[in-house]
Amino acid sequence: MIDSKLKRKQIIVCLVLTVLLFLAVTWSITSGEYKMDLSAYLKTLIGQGEFKDNLILMEFRMPRMLITLLAGMALSMSGAIIQSITKNPLAESGILGINAGGGFAIAVFIVIGQVNPNTFIYVLPLISAAGGILTALLIFLFSYNKGKGISPVNMVLIGVGLSAALSGGSITMMRKFNEDQAEFIAAWMAGNIWGDEWPFVLAFLPWILIIIPFLFFKSNSLNIINTNDQTAKSLGVNLDKERLILLIASVILSSVAVAVVGSIGFIGLMGPHIAKSFVGPRHQLFLPIALLTGAFLLVVADTVGQTVLPIGTIPAGIVVAIIGAPYFLYLMYKTNAV
Amino acid sequence: MELKNKIPFHFSIIFTIACIILVITFWISIVYGNADIDTSTILNAIFNYDPEDVNHNIIIDVRIPRDIGALLVGVALAVSGAGIQSVTRNSLADPSLIGLNSGAALMLALTYAVSPVITFPLLILTGFIGAMLGGTMVLMIGSSRKDGFNPVRLILAGAAVSALLSAASQAIALYFRLNQSLIFWSSGGVSGTTWQQLYTGIPVVAIIVVIFILISGQLSILNLGESIAKGLGQNVKLIRPGTMLLSMLLAGISVAIVGQIAFVGLMVPHISRFLVGTDYKKVIPLTAVLGGCLVVGADTVARLMGEAPVSAIISFIGVPYFLYLIKKGGRTI
Repeated sequence: MIDSKLKRKQIIVCLVLTVLLFLAVTWSITSGEYKMDLSAYLKTLIGQGEFKDNLILMEFRMPRMLITLLAGMALSMSGAIIQSITKNPLAESGILGINAGGGFAIAVFIVIGQVNPNTFIYVLPLISAAGGILTALLIFLFSYNKGKGISPVNMVLIGVGLSAALSGGSITMMRKFNEDQAEFIAAWMAGNIWGDEWPFVLAFLPWILIIIPFLFFKSNSLNIINTNDQTAKSLGVNLDKERLILLIASVILSSVAVAVVGSIGFIGLMGPHIAKSFVGPRHQLFLPIALLTGAFLLVVADTVGQTVLPIGTIPAGIVVAIIGAPYFLYLMYKTNAV
Repeated sequence: MELKNKIPFHFSIIFTIACIILVITFWISIVYGNADIDTSTILNAIFNYDPEDVNHNIIIDVRIPRDIGALLVGVALAVSGAGIQSVTRNSLADPSLIGLNSGAALMLALTYAVSPVITFPLLILTGFIGAMLGGTMVLMIGSSRKDGFNPVRLILAGAAVSALLSAASQAIALYFRLNQSLIFWSSGGVSGTTWQQLYTGIPVVAIIVVIFILISGQLSILNLGESIAKGLGQNVKLIRPGTMLLSMLLAGISVAIVGQIAFVGLMVPHISRFLVGTDYKKVIPLTAVLGGCLVVGADTVARLMGEAPVSAIISFIGVPYFLYLIKKGGRTI
């Protein structure tokens, strides 16, 4: 049974994070080139705003905000699952090269595919997911050792290598692009949140609604996998099969997210770790907190990137890397797992 | 490994063959390109330069500097990799995987942001400082207290530090609107090499490679492990940081000339050790020659593919090799 004290702590942390998230969203939406004041924002939110505020909020800022929130959640969740199944606290879709795989698939698609502007938005997550899954399977295949099963350490090393190759491949293909396409891939690789209209929300939302509940449903399996292989086997969990299913689910989650927001790493690292530091490693407890933390981090990073410069913006992915990489190094310094 | 005391092939034969391959690769690289130029014109251009002749200009001002640039970078990166692998006793180490290249690229981006016109020697210096910055960060974090340089920690720290430093370079590029040149830095290409760069680059690389050959006996001893090296009376405290600094300098120069190229420093020392064993007196010269072959060859292929980045061409060979090394579980050198 889950300790009731921990359960209460989880609820409190969730509430505090929700408030923080709301504040971050408010800050993000009210800042920008057109400064919306607080009362106008709140009025518009409950449907009492002026036409102009309504237009800006509903047509421009709201879809972008939703995309950012959902992507933050998806990336954080995906990172949490990948860490559990690889039993490596430093694993995450960016480090493992899964994001780069999605990007490579998108680049290939732009080169050979007939890009149809009407369906492009809906096809893109599929392409990215296909690339991500292929990359993950490749990693899985290479790190599989007969008799010993999956080696978590090799998994990460292979990911780092593949990530270098795939980004190199994407850059190579950029030579074949016209200027707009090349700029798109460059911005994508920097983690620029570019899908900021309602259709993107529609293309993105169903994936989130299916996969996140599925992963919550798998919480107990995840707890067992995360303990050790002996325990898991004696409890009757078919390890490799379960790992593969969970891996594919989490890869789809992160790939769909990066299809819309660009290659953003480290959210999947920071979100789960911060969450675990509050309530410990049980998935039922920390996953909801990881969702909120991921969303909060991405909203803040995006807003900082949008507002910190006098002219122009910095892609969210760069801001996240500048915060996330030192955090990764700190975790590495602390941990003895690797 | 079992290769330690056994020398599979005779060194002088291997070395001669490697040199011949290098000359052939170099020649092919000068001959083939967008403009078809025959051998006699090339020889004329070299020995009988006519400034009015367009083909002569192409040979002297574009192709030859480019090829020498590729050669220089190949030598620098490969020898740098050999030095790093010996110091860290890590068979997976490579200048780019331990953060040297991204550190150098960051400093170069900063330099370009502050002053777009800068002399090449100064550029080499900033590249070196950047490589030191990146390398020191990775080595400090990557070495755990217990077992020295753990390969996995080193690679992970390298990946994270590279992500951080590249993000910083990108941010600087966006802020100062340097994007075009930064894409060039990160994708790697020797097409813009000038004689000016070579006049500084050649002597510096040559001197460092000679130093490496002179201290190669020490590197072989270092390779046996720290305690044995100390037991044999080696001044480990001097040799290790010294080798590291020289490797960083080489990486800094190559980034200043071509931008970031990975896996040369990983693959070439492995191939050399496979061919001639672990005696660094043989490994260093062979590594230098083979490194030159690899980058000149890759640059030729890249050019024939319509100016694809050299770094991508090398990755296509380097990444499978990296995967193979991991699969093999190569902990020791």
